[in-house]
Amino acid sequence: MGKTLFDKIWDGHIVVSKPGHPDAVYINTHFIHEVTSPQAFDGLRKRGIPVFRPAKTRATADHNVPTLHQDQPIKEALSRRQVEMLTKNTSEFGVELYGLGHRFQGIVHVIGPELGITLPGMTIVCGDSHTSTHGAFGAVAFGIGTSEVEQVLATQCILQYKPKRMKIEVNGQLGKGVLSKDIILYIISKISASGATGYFVEYAGEAIRRLSMEARMTICNMSIEMGARGGLIAPDEITFDYIKGREFAPKGADWDKSLEYWKTLYSDSDAEFDQVLTFDAADIEPQITYGTNPGMGMGVTRHIPSLEQLDEKERPSFKKSLEYMDLQPGAELLGKKVDYVFIGSCTNSRIEDLRLVADFVKGKHKADDVVVWIVPGSKQVEAQAMEEGIDKIFAEAGFQLREPGCSACLAMNEDKVPAGMYCISTSNRNFEGRQGPNARTFLASPLTAAAAAITGKVTDVRELLGQ
Amino acid sequence: MSKIFQHLVSSAVPVPIENIDTDQIIPARFLKATTREGFGENLFRDWRYEADNTPKADFVMNNPIYSGQILVGGKNFGCGSSREHAAWAIADAGFKVVVSSFFADIFKNNALNTFILPIQVSEDFLDRIFKAIEADPKAQLEVDLENQFIKIVSTGEKENFDINQYKKTCLLNGYDDIDYLLSLRKEIEQYETTRTYNF
Ligand code: SF4
Repeated sequence: MGKTLFDKIWDGHIVVSKPGHPDAVYINTHFIHEVTSPQAFDGLRKRGIPVFRPAKTRATADHNVPTLHQDQPIKEALSRRQVEMLTKNTSEFGVELYGLGHRFQGIVHVIGPELGITLPGMTIVCGDSHTSTHGAFGAVAFGIGTSEVEQVLATQCILQYKPKRMKIEVNGQLGKGVLSKDIILYIISKISASGATGYFVEYAGEAIRRLSMEARMTICNMSIEMGARGGLIAPDEITFDYIKGREFAPKGADWDKSLEYWKTLYSDSDAEFDQVLTFDAADIEPQITYGTNPGMGMGVTRHIPSLEQLDEKERPSFKKSLEYMDLQPGAELLGKKVDYVFIGSCTNSRIEDLRLVADFVKGKHKADDVVVWIVPGSKQVEAQAMEEGIDKIFAEAGFQLREPGCSACLAMNEDKVPAGMYCISTSNRNFEGRQGPNARTFLASPLTAAAAAITGKVTDVRELLGQ
Repeated sequence: MSKIFQHLVSSAVPVPIENIDTDQIIPARFLKATTREGFGENLFRDWRYEADNTPKADFVMNNPIYSGQILVGGKNFGCGSSREHAAWAIADAGFKVVVSSFFADIFKNNALNTFILPIQVSEDFLDRIFKAIEADPKAQLEVDLENQFIKIVSTGEKENFDINQYKKTCLLNGYDDIDYLLSLRKEIEQYETTRTYNF
């Protein structure tokens, strides 16, 4: 019987598989950042051991960094300390750091792919759940906790049980104004925030194959939002074209040999999945979430479910969630006033996202009482945006283009949405307090967010798009 | 934080909410520490305290009737980010066991690596636990890791739970994964020699 893509990669990375034990899996690339690594380095110190393969770990500062005045010392003492610890730890243990001020600095899941560090067939981990982003290249990539970060630093391996396999097929073609973000929000709304727990998901089907690499990353990024361990997409010409020529991508003879291997990375036609789900792209309209977990989403023209539509057991959590959002069951969101627009995060802060938004807002201006933050995913994205004059389009539209980092995705730095305010956000989580204490989040695509920036309210972007 | 877990009889703190995510367990703005300690203070921070830091009277952890080393949560406990800080906060607040009818994957690993025992019970049994605590906030639960059961002491109702044998041994003896992985050094070096272009 054939193998799934996931199995091919996983099985090829097992160092030791003992009955009764989790597999010891070899990790090709390990990314670290300032928030989930200090305790891991401390652990190494306590044990008196070095980083086993320092060249296979790369560090950046992203979660906790300011997005204004990055050339100046970080004002907030605790954030500064965390970033300084990363500098100290990486230099002491010999790990390469793309810290503040470095031309490669950025959100860890943006820089790995853009630097050609992320490659098909790799195993990749990081102390951050959205490591699943890298799966877009046909890599097995997943988030880990700090104890596991320490395991990888110490041994370049991790102990894991093999997850089950799920295939999600999206057939057909997307409609106008519908982006890959809408595909993944739609899937999560259909199968819930825990619908893929215990699984590794492979995305397939015509609608997926047609997506650019950056759009594929958006899909894989949010695999965790349905509980999946990770998500991946078989590499193809689009993947190879994207990688070729990037900073750390293989070159010359290495490229040829790598390519030969990458072409073996697909699920065999007779491979068996533990579960297969199929969706039709034509059913997907621009999406928006209304609640406090990413499964609480719907088409932007729809109504929030009424209590009667829900199972009795689900009602208390549902009510609590809507109370937090100050929304009514059965209500519609179209026309709802928004206060903030955040375009950024490892889900949607790449150059294509910025281009798409710039194209859309060119010649338009934001609504008066809306604050619009655009936070590029990396220094390289920022530089590219400037080169293309995108920064000027944003300035004319009244959008603030800030410096790279996680920013209002998790609001660890000063970029917080004030209590009670509504933010339409291209990030990946709408949990209570995620964008600041008592802040209210609507997750959506960059286009839907940009449309809200212009009108000042939740808008069906399709109505603003030309023919 | 004790590394060994064997047997526990304790009252429990009920949080009957579904999809408790790691941002609720420990909000991101409290992740700035560089050690594993001290996170307990901010466990469920925004449910527990007002913006001006006064305790919210209606949250269970602010009600002195409820106490104990067992935290009982609704379905899909620990979803969201991979921050192990969530498990550290729970441990630092004095909990040794978390009970739910479903756990998010990464949280489960993080809990075990923090020597907290995540016990997955049936929806029905979870309901019974919540009811027992509702009837008597001091209701005792018994957790036996060796024999893999959890029991509501007053009624004698009992359910077995699954735990992987390797992790069970780790918890019973206080071993961690790194000890095991470090012992595989030879195999790891051997593996590295076998693969180049195919990673
Ligand atoms: S942008 Fe948000 S989700 Fe992505 S790595 Fe940063 S904090 Fe995590």
